[in-house]
Amino acid sequence: MNDMTPDRNERKANLKGLGSSRKRVEDLRFTQGKGNYVDDIKLEGMLHGDFVRSPYAHARIKSINTDAAMALDGVLAVLTAKDLEPLGLHWMPTLAGDKQMVLADGKVLFQGQEVAYVVAKDRYIAADGAELVEVEYEELPVLVDPFEALKSDVVLREDLDPKADGAHGPRKHPNHIFTWEVGEKEATEEVLDASDVVAEEMVYYHRTHPCPLETCGCVASMDKVNGKLTLYGTFQAPHAIRTVVSLISGLEEHNIRVISPDIGGGFGNKVGAYPGYVCSVVASIVTGLPVKWVEDRMENLMTTAFARDYWMKGKISATKEGKITGLWCHTTADHGGFDACADPTKFPAGFMNICTGSYDIPTAYLAVDGVYTNKAPGGVAYRCSFRVTEAAYFIERMIEVLAIELNMDAAELRRINFIKQDQFPYTSALGWEYDSGDYHTAWDKALKAVGYDDLRKEQAQRVEDFKAGKTRKLLGIGLTHFTEIVGAGPVKNCDILGLGMFDSCEIRIHPTGSAIARLGTISQGQGHATTFAQILASEIGLPADSITIEEGDTDTAPYGLGTYGSRSTPVAGAATAMAGRKIRAKAQMIAAYMLEVHDDDVEFDVDRFVVKGAPERFKTMKEIAFAAYNQAVPGIEPGLEAVSYYDPPNMTYPFGAYICVMEIDVDTGEHEIRQFYALDDCGTRINPMIIEGQVHGGLTEALSIAMGQEIAYDNMGNVKTGTLMDFFLPTAWETPNYTTDHTTTPSPHHPIGAKGVGESPNVGGVPAFSNAVHDAFKAFGLRQVHMPHDHWRIWKTANDLGLHG
Amino acid sequence: MSKKMQIKLKVNGEDHEFAAEPRELLVHALRERLNLTGSHVGCETGHCGVCTVTLNGKSVKSCTMFVAQADGAELTTIEGMGTPDNLHVLQEAFREHHGLQCGYCTPGMIMRAAKLLEEIPNPTEEEVRFGMAGNLCRCTGYQNIVKSIMAAASELNSAKEAAQ
Repeated sequence: MNDMTPDRNERKANLKGLGSSRKRVEDLRFTQGKGNYVDDIKLEGMLHGDFVRSPYAHARIKSINTDAAMALDGVLAVLTAKDLEPLGLHWMPTLAGDKQMVLADGKVLFQGQEVAYVVAKDRYIAADGAELVEVEYEELPVLVDPFEALKSDVVLREDLDPKADGAHGPRKHPNHIFTWEVGEKEATEEVLDASDVVAEEMVYYHRTHPCPLETCGCVASMDKVNGKLTLYGTFQAPHAIRTVVSLISGLEEHNIRVISPDIGGGFGNKVGAYPGYVCSVVASIVTGLPVKWVEDRMENLMTTAFARDYWMKGKISATKEGKITGLWCHTTADHGGFDACADPTKFPAGFMNICTGSYDIPTAYLAVDGVYTNKAPGGVAYRCSFRVTEAAYFIERMIEVLAIELNMDAAELRRINFIKQDQFPYTSALGWEYDSGDYHTAWDKALKAVGYDDLRKEQAQRVEDFKAGKTRKLLGIGLTHFTEIVGAGPVKNCDILGLGMFDSCEIRIHPTGSAIARLGTISQGQGHATTFAQILASEIGLPADSITIEEGDTDTAPYGLGTYGSRSTPVAGAATAMAGRKIRAKAQMIAAYMLEVHDDDVEFDVDRFVVKGAPERFKTMKEIAFAAYNQAVPGIEPGLEAVSYYDPPNMTYPFGAYICVMEIDVDTGEHEIRQFYALDDCGTRINPMIIEGQVHGGLTEALSIAMGQEIAYDNMGNVKTGTLMDFFLPTAWETPNYTTDHTTTPSPHHPIGAKGVGESPNVGGVPAFSNAVHDAFKAFGLRQVHMPHDHWRIWKTANDLGLHG
Repeated sequence: MSKKMQIKLKVNGEDHEFAAEPRELLVHALRERLNLTGSHVGCETGHCGVCTVTLNGKSVKSCTMFVAQADGAELTTIEGMGTPDNLHVLQEAFREHHGLQCGYCTPGMIMRAAKLLEEIPNPTEEEVRFGMAGNLCRCTGYQNIVKSIMAAASELNSAKEAAQ
């Protein structure tokens, strides 16, 4: 070793590995307008597709006349269900085991449903062509209420045998999809009957939409010369899309290349397979030319992948001291016209059975009934793991209602019911094994940070002042302690369309000591190119700046199930670490050979292998990389590559403590967020800068959902919130500053202890904002009022409570 | 369809002339005729701002303007805001302060922020938040966007002072 050798800490810092707030490598191209999103793709001779959509929510199609459209100069084709039927493509399978019309086959089931697909030379002519398609409809009675739908004589899905089982067992009614039950029904009912206190409430989590700024779209390009189809698209799961396209089109999978280029936000919206993709592929096969389809905002909000719409009836019981004894939940889930929920196959209501939350609840029961209505299909996890935000909202509201029933402080009620640190790994009453947690530490840190006791005193004073006519503003303190379940998932119980939910990483080290790693996931803004290189840097001792990360091209990346449900770090991140360890194992043998010692006599030290007890004798990973390509090491193949397909042994369970302090103007219904404190525990922290950014973003999506965002229908099934004029996305003006904090409880089963964080702030944020609204009015008797808490609804709450005099 | 018009535009210092239908949107002319794909499309109703460009010295949303209305105008798009070797201060600041995630809103944000800092060279946080309210972001929650713009303002002001 000479004097120029940097010390260990410096060498570590140079890697920019785990824990480094490394600046993002993606940003150079994005800040210069050089991203490459789907709509930026331009291919020779490319055509454009546009849909004719139904103005009715429920109607029979009597006729479709495409003559005028076909006569328009520049229109090349108009596809209807009749054209797709001979190919068997007028319907397609959904991710939930149901099927969905690609183009309307005899009837339509929701407003905006795809009826015909016009292919033209440019997007303007395609839109003109769509205007010229004449469709004659016969209106049918509309069902927008799931409770009504279960009683109605109106049968929505005439294609299904009403007596036959659905994908998830028996159906009780022609408009019923499934019943899913978890836990012990009778035991829970007995506990409820025997308990001192039972709180009962209906908690509605309204229908909303992920609404990424880039809508969904694709470019299909069938090369008839070599028989290969290239499909570019806004896909959160490109490999699964390739398999689906192969299965439904009959093209062999090796002849399909799916590419997800840069994606302008996903949040769950881009998980599903949509009619636009199928029609574009067919149109490209028919015309022999590339075909682009990009939905506009109204199409996006009305037709692709809504989220939530869960009516959750709950009962929670406790001793008079506040120890929770049981939890019961029955959910009525409005799935729209087709069951296209994006959940692992065995979980028709996703991971809704995480609804026992952060609490040690000995007995619980959950039942979910899925229902068809005249609304758009979807049911994706909008910035959450499957139905986890519904579950978190449910339990965090039930805790608040129970606190009212017990006349107990809601922070204290949580504290006495938390799962204790020494109970982990903890098996919940509804069947999950929570990997690790330290809820009491997080909770106490959060309460202290906001000065909880003083806030309660201030609130009590405010109520007095309000009653005395000295102020018209109320103060709400919104508490939440959430536990997520992410990182789907173990192949033994998690699959989508039969594909196990493992993920993958393949690493190739180049001779000069730089590397490329490819993963089965796809970034939509999460910064994978930055953070996965950091995981590898720490594992293989090469600087993150020397590692290229590539995702999204199914011809080059290893098979993986994609990015959603906060699964990239828990699953693909684990694969990255494991593949890195394989590289390191081979590097150890090469280093030992170079240093002329036994394999066991060298050890890894940051960026090199050193001879044990003789640190001056070492080979850096850069030297080893070159040796892998330049020396004949006996018994070892040349090169330095590795691949890992990682099947996680369990999910991960990130958690957090959020507190929102909100001022509410009783006369205008306006709110002001005075303080928002978010403590997240996502296990090992890879890049604190990116974690903080994810928390800011997730909280803002939670703010949108809790305080105004919804997909609302009138009773004719018309979408009332189909543009950004009506669908609430907060601006910089309405968004508060957030204070972020953390504790670190690593996952014991993840190779680097990481748990995932992108969705935690949405899962925890929604109940924190909503609980603040409820808490502000608690002193005046409010127990439960449904979201979204827009100004009108808050005003109405105040009015209903008689606060307007 | 209607008769085409002859349109002249000066974009990022370069002259362009082409025939277009009067109904063609400015954003489509920029993206599809001139291959300037940094300006994006997000809502077609003027709410989201991902298509923001500078037209004759003012911020405009190029998705709610016909190219015919822009005839004769001088425009700057994100592609005219610095080069790979010499990034604009805002481009540097957004990277430094993690002011972007998926990158879809970023060109519009930077175009609007550049104009805002010309209008108000030394803005308060409140002025930045209000001045940027025409540009939506779904990823960042704005906190780091505001931070980036404030940092860029202070850098531009120091550079100005140093020059004086």
